[in-house]
Amino acid sequence: MPPRKRAPSRSSPGAKPVGSPIVGQPTVGPIVEPLAGPIVGTAMEVDGPHNPQQVIAGLRATSEGEDLVQLLTPEGQRVSHPRFDLEISAADIQAFYRDMVLVRRLDREANVLQRQGQLGLWAPLLGQEAAQIGAGRAMAPQDMAFPSYREHGVAWCRGVNPTELFGIFRGIDQGSWDPHSTGFQLYAVVVGTQCLHATGYAMGQRLDGKIGNAETGEATICFFGDGATSQGDVHEAFVWAAVYDAPVVFFCQNNQWAISASLDHQTRVPLYRRARGYGFPGIRVDGNDVLAVFAVTQWALRECRTGNGPVLIEACTYRMDAHTTSDDPTRYRLADELEEWKLKDPVERVRVHLVREGLAQPEFFAGVANEADELARRLRDYCMSMPVPGPERIFSNIYAEASPSIDAARADYLAYHASFVEDERR
Amino acid sequence: MSGTGGPQTITLAKGLNQGLRAAMEANPRVIVMGEDIGKLGGVFRITDGLQKDFGEQRVLDTPLGESGIIGTAVGLALRGYRPVCEIQFDGFIYPAFDQIVTQLARFHYRSQGKLRMPVVVRVPHGGGIGAVEHHSESPESYFAHTPGIKVVACANAVDAYWMIQQAIACDDPVIFFEPKRRYWEKAALDLTSAPPPLFSSQLVRSGTTATVVAYGPMVRTVLDAATIAEQDGQQLEVIDLRTLSPLDLAPVFDSVRRTGRLICVSEAPGEASLIGELAARVSQECFYSLEAPVLRVTGFDTPYPPAKCEEDYLPDVDRILDAVDRALGY
Repeated sequence: MPPRKRAPSRSSPGAKPVGSPIVGQPTVGPIVEPLAGPIVGTAMEVDGPHNPQQVIAGLRATSEGEDLVQLLTPEGQRVSHPRFDLEISAADIQAFYRDMVLVRRLDREANVLQRQGQLGLWAPLLGQEAAQIGAGRAMAPQDMAFPSYREHGVAWCRGVNPTELFGIFRGIDQGSWDPHSTGFQLYAVVVGTQCLHATGYAMGQRLDGKIGNAETGEATICFFGDGATSQGDVHEAFVWAAVYDAPVVFFCQNNQWAISASLDHQTRVPLYRRARGYGFPGIRVDGNDVLAVFAVTQWALRECRTGNGPVLIEACTYRMDAHTTSDDPTRYRLADELEEWKLKDPVERVRVHLVREGLAQPEFFAGVANEADELARRLRDYCMSMPVPGPERIFSNIYAEASPSIDAARADYLAYHASFVEDERR
Repeated sequence: MSGTGGPQTITLAKGLNQGLRAAMEANPRVIVMGEDIGKLGGVFRITDGLQKDFGEQRVLDTPLGESGIIGTAVGLALRGYRPVCEIQFDGFIYPAFDQIVTQLARFHYRSQGKLRMPVVVRVPHGGGIGAVEHHSESPESYFAHTPGIKVVACANAVDAYWMIQQAIACDDPVIFFEPKRRYWEKAALDLTSAPPPLFSSQLVRSGTTATVVAYGPMVRTVLDAATIAEQDGQQLEVIDLRTLSPLDLAPVFDSVRRTGRLICVSEAPGEASLIGELAARVSQECFYSLEAPVLRVTGFDTPYPPAKCEEDYLPDVDRILDAVDRALGY
C-alpha cells in the first residue's frame, strides 16, 4: 500500500470535495445572519464555486471576507468595523496582552510538565489565547461559563487557580474549583454534553427572572469546538435554546481540527451560518483577534442578558499544537499550514500593535515576561508537591445522601489496604 | 391531595399524579418536563392537569429529544431546580443514556460534592400492553449498573404516591420506573400512615415454603402466584424489592435464611441482569441456609418480541410456580 502523502480531500485539485469550500468568493450578506432571510439555494449558490485554494484551512478561516469581524489585523493594525467598533484604552489592551502571555506560558509549562511525566495528559490551548481571553474578559461576574476541556484561558479570566487545572491532568481530581463562586463550571470531557447543561442553566436564568437588563441581567456562555458541532447534543442544545429563548451564547472555537478530522469532515457550510436554521443570530469573528472577540462576545452577552438570546459565535482560530499531548498532528496535517497560522499569531499581533502605536514601553513587556516566568515557576513547584489522594477518595461523594453500601465498601477496602501497611512494618 | 377522611381508592396512575402535585405544591423549585406532558397530560396522563394548575413555567412541554430533556435538566439542577423528567417509553431512553450515565450520574462525584443533581427521571417500563417495538422494555439493569444514580421501581398505587415524592425530595438523581401495565390497578391510600423509606425493600406477603423476590410489574404476578400456591399448601414469602440501586437486601437475606429457597422474578432478560446480582449476593450471604440454588424467572435473552408473543415472553404465574416446584425438588 503506498504511503498516504497528505490528508484526504484537502487541496488536491482532482479529488472529489468532501464538503463545500467554507468561504466562497461572493459571500455577500449582513454580518449578523437575518432571522428571516431569503430561502437559500444550492450550496454552490451560497458558497460560490469550488476553488481548491480555498480548502486550505489557513486561508478559509481568517479569510478577509466581509463576514469576518476583525478589529486588529494579523499585522497589528487597528481596523474599524461598522457594527463592532471598540473604544478601548491602552491599559485594557495591555491587560489583554498580559492575560494572553500568561496563559500561553501556563500552557507551555503544562506541556513540558507532561513531557517530563509530571502530568498524565495536557490539552494545549496554544493559538487560541485570543478567543479565550476575549470571551472570558467579556463575561460579567454574574454570568456563567460552561467549558469543554481546553478552556484554560477562560478559567484564567474567571479566577480559577491554574493549579486546579493541573489537578485534573495530573490525576489528582476531576475539577476542584467551585463552579458557583467562579461562574465557571467544571470541564466537560464528553464532547458537546456541556451545551445542553448550559442551555438548561440559561433556561433557569430566564425562569428566575434574571434577564431584561444588558448590564445587571445574567447570561450563560457555552464553549465548544468545531468537532462538537457534529454532536447531536449540540443540535438539541440549539433547538432547546431557541424554543425557550435561553440567554446563552454558544461560543464555538473553530480551531480547524477535531483531533485529525479537518473542518470539511464536520460541515458543508460555515458553522456560524447554522444559527440561521435554528432561528437565532450567528456571527463569525477572527478568533485570533482578542479585540474583535471581546467586542463581539460582549455584544452577544448583552443581547442575552437583555433577553434576546441565544446567539452563536464562531471564532475562527487554529490549534497550533496537538489535540492533546498524546496526539501526533504530523500524521494528518501539513507543516506549512502551521507556518501560515504563525503569521496570524494572536499574541504577537497585540504586541506589534502596542509597540507600533507607542502604547506600551519596553518595561511593560519585560514586566509581563518576568511575571510569566514567576507563574511558570509557581506552577511547576506546585505540580510537584500536589497532594496525592488516598484510596478513600475512590469512595467519597458518589452520592449526596448517606450511602451505607458505599461506606461498607470503603471500610472493607481501607482495612484490606491497612493490612499491607502492617505487614510492611513487621 | 387533600384529605384526612380515611383511605381513598386510587389507581397507580392517579397515585403518581397526586404525588407529583403534592411535590410541586411543597417546593416551588420542582418542575416537570417531558414530551407531551403539558396540555395532553402525558401519553399515559400521569401529569394530567399539572400544567393547567402550575403553569407552563413549571410544566414544560419539551421539544422531542430525550438527550435534550436530560441534558437541560442537568443544567436546571445546577441552577437550583429539581426537575422531574418524563421519558415517554422505556425504549426511548437510550438517546438520553449518555447524559444519564456520563453526566447526571457523575456531577456529584466529579465535583466532590459541590454540585448536586436532584433530578428524577420517570420511565414507564415493562410489557404486557400489546404495544409495538420499543414500548415494552425493561432497561433497569443498565442503570442499576451505573454508580452515581439511584434506581427505584414502584409496584402499586400507594407506593407510587409516596415514592415519587420521596424521589423528588432525594438530593441524588433517581431513575423512577413505573409499571405501565399496572397504571390502572387500584389500591387504598391511607394518608395517615407514614410510608417506608424510599430505598427499602418490603415484605409484602409472609410465608415459609420459599422466598420470591420481584419488583415493578412482576410483584402483582408473584402475589397472584402466591395465592394459587396457597391452595397447594405452599406458603410463599414475597418481597417487593422497590429499590434496585442501592439494593436493600437485608430483608431478602433474612427471609432466605428462614425459607432456604429463593426465586427471583423480573421481566428483563436474565443474562447479566440485576436479578443475577441478586442471586450472587444471596448465594454469598446465605450459602449455608440455602436448600436449593437460587432460581431466576425472567424474560428470555432475546429482544422483546412482537406483542402477540409477549404472553409467552413475560414471566407468568405458571412459570413462577414451576420454578417454586423446581426449588422444592432439591
